[in-house]
Order: sequence, then structure tokens, then C-alpha cells
Amino acid sequence: MICLLLGLIAGAVATISPSMAAIRPTWIHLITVGWLTQLIFGVALWMFPRPRTEPAKAGTLGWVGFWLLNAGLLLRIVGEPMRGFTASGAAILPISALLQLVAVASLLWALWPRVRAR
Amino acid sequence: MPRLSRWFLCAAAFYLLGGVTAGALMLSAPAIGVTIPGWVLPLHIEFVMIGWAVQLAMGIAYWILPRHRSDHGRGNEPLAWAAFLTLNAGVLLAGTGWLITPAGGLPALGHGAELLGAIGFAINIWRRLPRSIAPPLRPLPIL
Repeated sequence: MICLLLGLIAGAVATISPSMAAIRPTWIHLITVGWLTQLIFGVALWMFPRPRTEPAKAGTLGWVGFWLLNAGLLLRIVGEPMRGFTASGAAILPISALLQLVAVASLLWALWPRVRAR
Repeated sequence: MPRLSRWFLCAAAFYLLGGVTAGALMLSAPAIGVTIPGWVLPLHIEFVMIGWAVQLAMGIAYWILPRHRSDHGRGNEPLAWAAFLTLNAGVLLAGTGWLITPAGGLPALGHGAELLGAIGFAINIWRRLPRSIAPPLRPLPIL
């Protein structure tokens, strides 16, 4: 919900001020990754039927995915608008990308036993 | 969870990983000094929006919407499988088509296949929607 609010604010800012058009990708990803993807994984981890013997690591993987995804998104929010001004802004974006990729893999790994189970 | 829903979810997971990998490459490219070809952006959008989000919603809907009593419960199963296959062929064509046909021929074909898949899925799921939302499908009157 925080990401959704931030995303809507970023969208309004990007629309009102043409000089802030650089934050448009940040706005889209706050809504699609920060809100939509997290909502999907949150509900799936709660609702998908658990197998009788769910591995203990499933909960840990879910938390790892949650923290990495949010850390990656935060780095993106900071790095993307800075990209045009400082080298460090561009430098943190690959870290953000890697964190989000590992987060998604981790969340899918946590859910996998529930999709596979009969 | 029915078998088709598992397939929808597995395919959605595949596209999410592929789409996020493409996105990660685009985000990192300027910093690591790599030029990303133009077809990666449409692939990223197609895989994440249709391949992941839409397909996930379809898989969950096929599983969770109330079943009706008149047949096996989940509608016409071959039609649902055909919709799944058509949609996935469409996502693959629309996502990777720019690489093969830069003029956009294959992506256009892919979008057509996605539309067909979505129509097939909607026809099959229609009777399972609550009556207050979905009026029964009636044949068109003969003029």
C-alpha cells in the first residue's frame, strides 16, 4: 500500500512537471512491482494450499524475497532520478536490478511446492 | 488445484523470471556499458504484463470461481486448454517476434493469438461468473 501511494504521487509529479519525466519508469515500477507483484505474492503465500510437508525453508524464502524486493525497489527509487546527475546514481541501479531478480526467484521458489503439490 | 491452473501458474512463473531478467538487464545496461537491443523492452512488457499478470489471474480464476453443476464443473476443458496454448503461443510470438521480424509482423500475429486465447478463456469461464454480474449467453436472434 505504501508503494501504491508513492507510485500515485510519483505519477502525479511526473505528469504535472515535465522536468520530472525521468521518474516515469520509477512510477510504473512502484505500482507494478511494489504494489501489484507484492500483493500477488502476499495473497499467494497466504492462500495457496500448503502441501502436507511444507519445507521449513519456505517461510524464510518468502521473507528473504520480501526484503530483497523492497531493498531493490528502494535503490531504484533513489538511483533512477539521480542517474542523470551523478555516477553513483547509475552505479546503484545494477545492484537494484540484481536484488529484485534474486527476490523474484526466491519468492517463486517459496511458492513452488504449493503449485506442484496435488 | 486443477491441472490446467498449475500449468497457467508454471507458465506465469516462467514469464515472470524471463521478464524480470530482461528488465534487470535494461536497468543495469548504462552502468555496465552494455547496449541493449530495442526488442528487449517489448519483450519485458509482454512477458510481465500478459505472460505473468494476466496468465496468473486466469490460472487462479479457473481454479477458484464457483463451479456449475451441469457438467464437469469447470466448463469445456479442451476449450480451456486451447485458450492456454493459444495465449502462450501469442505471448512468445509477441515477446520475441521483434527479434525476428523488426517490421512487426510476428508480434502482430502474437497479439492476435493472445486475443483469441483471451476470448476462448472468457467464453469458457462465462457461465461460472455469478449471475448478478454475467447475464446468461443467448444466441443472437435470426433477423
